Amino acid sequence: MSTALSLVEVDRIHGRGNAAVHAVRGLTVHVGVGELVAVMGPSGSGKSTLLNLAGGLDRATAGQVLVDGAELGELSPKELAKLRRRRVGYVFQDFNLIPSLTAAENVALPLELDGVRARTARGQAVQALAEVDLADLADRLPQDMSGGQQQRVAIARAVVGERSLILADEPTGALDSETGEQVMRLLRERCARGVAALMVTHDAGHAAWADRVVFLRDGAVLDDTGRPSEPESLLAGS
Amino acid sequence: MSIAHGLLALLQDGPRYGYQLRVEFERATGSTWPLNVGQVYTTLARLERDGQVAGHAPDGEGRLRYELTASGRETLAGWFSRPVTLGDRPRDELAIKLALAATAAGVDVRAVVQVQRVATMQRLQELTRLKRDPGPTVSGDTDLAWILVLDNLRFMAEAELRWLEHCEGTLTRARPAAATSAPAPAPGSDQVPDQPSADPQEALR
Repeated sequence: MSTALSLVEVDRIHGRGNAAVHAVRGLTVHVGVGELVAVMGPSGSGKSTLLNLAGGLDRATAGQVLVDGAELGELSPKELAKLRRRRVGYVFQDFNLIPSLTAAENVALPLELDGVRARTARGQAVQALAEVDLADLADRLPQDMSGGQQQRVAIARAVVGERSLILADEPTGALDSETGEQVMRLLRERCARGVAALMVTHDAGHAAWADRVVFLRDGAVLDDTGRPSEPESLLAGS
Repeated sequence: MSIAHGLLALLQDGPRYGYQLRVEFERATGSTWPLNVGQVYTTLARLERDGQVAGHAPDGEGRLRYELTASGRETLAGWFSRPVTLGDRPRDELAIKLALAATAAGVDVRAVVQVQRVATMQRLQELTRLKRDPGPTVSGDTDLAWILVLDNLRFMAEAELRWLEHCEGTLTRARPAAATSAPAPAPGSDQVPDQPSADPQEALR
């Protein structure tokens, strides 16, 4: 499996000297093409920092972050912005749709911001909405849609165009259990078509839809359900 | 819940052979409770002795069929109408294990919790895969029985994970120094701290 996202020995330190705070420390996470990886951990364990680093919204203090083989630390601000626009899609807990735009306009927006002609962008947006089974609601405003429908629009926006990496922050957090499962099913379908997804969640039931679940603690990877388990001593200090 | 109750429930649909009962029991419970045919015949013999089932004469192939008696129907109706109580369930080994880990000297309880979290999450992933990609179906009622059992197993695993997460928070508050100075080692983790040789006895000295 080729790798869509790699964080290799990444540190993110805020402040300096005695005031330095390690948001993440020696963090290594890989997400393969077509793979859905869930991230769990307590508050302050580095989950949000991991998503921000993966999406190029924050810069690593040390280590490497690679998206589709491009090392984000080596990109100019312009190149980084382009990669973010074209390759990375975001899904948030509160959907983050623009209320005054229709579903199709919301989905087309990132394409138009990237210079795609309005007519072409609209065509791709409607296609992306059809793939999440919302073609009939293309001209509806977010306020006239259910939470689950709005999140499906957000997923269509995250994958429209050539985007190959979805970064999702609690995508089921505002949804009931049943609708949350529909969203997870949709994310899995997108991954089956070759998109890679990294999803932060507190919900174990939804994390279990992932191929792997990574547990963070104190800014580092504590465990990964994809790794074969090894016998170990659980006695302190051993 | 006993095997006897399960067999009585299956016999409500009509007389069955022991082997038939074993197959139907496993199918109805999604193979979460495998039985051997010896257990089935021992239980049937006991139920017959107690007047709950009646055995027919062997057929041409020497197979015995059993059917529910009036007394058996009464027992079954009582079982369905009574709620399951805590006394009907076995003790929770995990809760006892954590309690003992918390009181035993030199045990890293957070590591015990974490090992269980990974194992339970792997189990939940497997159960979710079964829910997501159901296998070939047998019949409507069996599918429904399987879905009920599967959802029960999924929700039990989710509840255990929520409880383990809560345990971790409780332990972090109760033992903050240990929590920050000695992150639990993870199987195959990139972040395993430098450790001396893994001598369990050393940890207890």
